[in-house]
Amino acid sequence: MSLPHDIIRISDTLWEIPKSHDPEMRVPARIFATEKLLQKMDEAVFQQAVNVAKLPGILKYSYCMPDGHWGYGFPIGGVAAMDPEEGVISPGGIGFDINCGMRLCLTNLTFDEVKPHLKRLVERLFDRVPCGVGRKGFVEISKKEFPRVAREGSRWCLNKGYGTQHDLEMTEEGGCIEDADPSRVSQKAIERGFHQIGTLGSGNHYLEIQVAKPENIFDEQTARAYGITIPNQVVIMFHCGSRGFGHQIATDYLEIFLKVMQSKYKLKVNDKELACAPFRSPEGQAYFAAMKCAVNMAFANRQVILHRVREVFSEVFCKSPQDLGLSQVYDVAHNIAKLEKHIVDGKMRTVLVHRKGSTRAFGPGMDGIPDAYRKVGQPVIIGGSMETGSYLLAGVKGNEDAFCTTAHGSGRTMSRRQARKQFRGDDLQRAMEERGVYVRSASFAGLAEEAGLAYKNIDDVTEATELSGISKRIVRLVPVGNIKG
Amino acid sequence: MPYRFLDDVATADIAFEATGRDLNEIFRAAAAATLAVMLEDIPGLEDRVERTVVLDADDPQELLFRFLQEVIFYKDAECLLLRVRELNVTGDGRQLRAVMSGEAVDIERHCLNVDIKAVTYHLFTFKETAEGYVTTVVLDI
Repeated sequence: MSLPHDIIRISDTLWEIPKSHDPEMRVPARIFATEKLLQKMDEAVFQQAVNVAKLPGILKYSYCMPDGHWGYGFPIGGVAAMDPEEGVISPGGIGFDINCGMRLCLTNLTFDEVKPHLKRLVERLFDRVPCGVGRKGFVEISKKEFPRVAREGSRWCLNKGYGTQHDLEMTEEGGCIEDADPSRVSQKAIERGFHQIGTLGSGNHYLEIQVAKPENIFDEQTARAYGITIPNQVVIMFHCGSRGFGHQIATDYLEIFLKVMQSKYKLKVNDKELACAPFRSPEGQAYFAAMKCAVNMAFANRQVILHRVREVFSEVFCKSPQDLGLSQVYDVAHNIAKLEKHIVDGKMRTVLVHRKGSTRAFGPGMDGIPDAYRKVGQPVIIGGSMETGSYLLAGVKGNEDAFCTTAHGSGRTMSRRQARKQFRGDDLQRAMEERGVYVRSASFAGLAEEAGLAYKNIDDVTEATELSGISKRIVRLVPVGNIKG
Repeated sequence: MPYRFLDDVATADIAFEATGRDLNEIFRAAAAATLAVMLEDIPGLEDRVERTVVLDADDPQELLFRFLQEVIFYKDAECLLLRVRELNVTGDGRQLRAVMSGEAVDIERHCLNVDIKAVTYHLFTFKETAEGYVTTVVLDI
């Protein structure tokens, strides 16, 4: 790929497109990546990072993480903090799948203990956690009750018996972001999503059984703090978001913003997917309150899925979740906007951080992370492809420049259609089983699209985050069982 | 059906181009492409339920965008996979009435592909040509 002609190497892992690149840029764009990853980024990433740099109220830089690839409006991997008084909020800076995120749960089992039950576990998980096109969750809930989920997130699940207080403590925002206002959500969004609590979805969403092999522990002390203490310990990781509810909220507000952006607020963007409104405007505040409803729906979705995971492990091993050590490590959002306190121009101030395909990564000692992790920093869960593996990272000190943010996954390099031409889902399933990864999928076509070779190398991405000083590697996790939509 | 998937337009998602000699044809083609993203075996879809969609918009482009959103809405709201049975675009491409038929997702019987999150404005085009109309649509997966 050709890089912008004027891109500047700030360091081996930080690159800058200067303001002089485009007269409309309010700040420079900065990309965290090794040269190898930078060269592999699609050209649209650079243009999109430049477009974001033109948004009113943007502070410091328009950032892109090492797993960056083109998205809608913002690149995936994009980070932009806005001045809440002067700046805008943009659904394109959050994504259609609001609070798409990752959750990681421990077991006290070793791979040797799990191996004889692996197929049954995967089969049961596949039966019990609905995935793929047009599936309903098992939670019986009415449209009337659903606004409580939107307001309360994982707290609603706790009250219904689908989780523990500890789960909530180990979730970003405690599993419930404040000031979610269901009156800002359309009936259509509720109809699309109220029965989808506890469903994975499809695309790159998955639920995996993984192993922490001793040779893949990068930092034993921090791994221990996160509960990875046994050689070849088995963990469960999953990736999903706010389902149709969140998708509809994003769709609705994109329409609303497009209507008022220019006529009412004289805002111009050169990509409709970058539609925005002043954060303090009625439309901006309405979207922020509606987005929070989707944030809470996604926390509830992952909470209910964790409940199902516990049921399945209990059933297969004939032991209680407590006896199996099914304890949540953490849950992170990677499509979200939040008001946070960060240092800008030497002063601590409140900013509106958009993270789109990027993860908050608070370093040791920062407020907002569980007490148990205060000394070592926030766990960051990075999903890789189903063939290669995933990572548990930690937030680090000194990442204030990027508003304490790191990558979120590996990022695609091959289109879905190309992948489907190159791989066959059934062949892939067989080949993976021969390599010791048992996979069940609602769709062979969908499975083929998620082949490992369609993604960037996750090792390269996580190494780049470490070299860039935006997070550090703690454990590499290897998949042994996978369910996919 | 006059549509084709575009391989290299959207790395993480799916893009298609649809054509039609008139508005009715292009709307039918685009809906068929959207269904084909989710369902492999379209001929195997049984017509068990029917839904009527009535929409209006400022122009044919917006009308098509909203129509495809309806196909996605029914997939989530009622788990329905729907194809067009009758469709009439009127009022210079600003009004639509369609009768859609199909059935609920059945994982045992249906050969499913991938779920669609949203219709996007990314590279969205709708043009009148000498032969009729052509549109490019990118769907978020």
